[in-house]
Amino acid sequence: MKAAVILLPGLNRDRDMIAALTHISGEAPLTIWQTETSIPDDVELIVIPGGFSYGDYLRCGAIAARMPVMQAVREKAEKGTRVIGVCNGFQILLESGLLPGALMRNASLKFVCREVKLEVANASTAFTQGYSQGQILRCPVAHHDGNYFTDADTLAEIEASNQVAFRYTADTNPNGSLNNIAGIVNKAGNVLGMMPHPENLIEAAHGGSDGRALFESALGLVDA
Amino acid sequence: MIKARVTVTLKNGVLDPQGKAIEHALGGLGFSGVDSIRQGKVFDVVLETSDRAAAEAELKAMAEKLLANTVIEDYAVEVL
Repeated sequence: MKAAVILLPGLNRDRDMIAALTHISGEAPLTIWQTETSIPDDVELIVIPGGFSYGDYLRCGAIAARMPVMQAVREKAEKGTRVIGVCNGFQILLESGLLPGALMRNASLKFVCREVKLEVANASTAFTQGYSQGQILRCPVAHHDGNYFTDADTLAEIEASNQVAFRYTADTNPNGSLNNIAGIVNKAGNVLGMMPHPENLIEAAHGGSDGRALFESALGLVDA
Repeated sequence: MIKARVTVTLKNGVLDPQGKAIEHALGGLGFSGVDSIRQGKVFDVVLETSDRAAAEAELKAMAEKLLANTVIEDYAVEVL
């Protein structure tokens, strides 16, 4: 499966993401700059990495979400192409309306950089089928604005349609997210956004490989 | 030219941890009468048009499309 990584000024996790995808799929992903207006037809997985696009000016991800490449991402997503946004990538997907809700400043007001525990809240998505339901994963987080928020009606809808893919375990919620939400998928199930960084835990040299199955799932390398 | 101000504030019910921190700091400075404080943003915009109605419509579109995230924020447009 061909993957593409979106590049925007201020992202800084792009090389980690490219390394992870290359390591797991055996093929380097395409890289697509923000001014591109189309994404090749044979790309089946689009990844928006983390960082600080546009310096987090205005709101995290707000300006990136209005760049031409995001219109191309939207068109591909509507056709069913898989899309993953990690950290700033998640913020960009929310700002572009591809996922519901918003990410607010961490409740502690502090940047958090540590390891958390994630519970696989829905193991039947295209991104989580390599895990078992309720499995607890280790995963690093590094963010200042990861406090997931949405209105009560939307939250109820997200929960009812099993759109929560990952939750922080209650004792490791690093940011005050509603319902301990760490990652969600869209209704169609082909767009995932998450704050933690699975690309930083994919091989022994990272100290663990709990993030690996996410990419294996997304790349179609596990049996459904 | 028209000068305008767009004010963006958090919706009621949206927690504002920064506002809370400011509230605490004001308390620490001896301002004991602060019941609550909410942080927002102000955009001062100068438009080339002289048509006030058109300016207002344009500013609303700007707020909807970029200046505010209407999931969590309200905005107000004021043509000065």
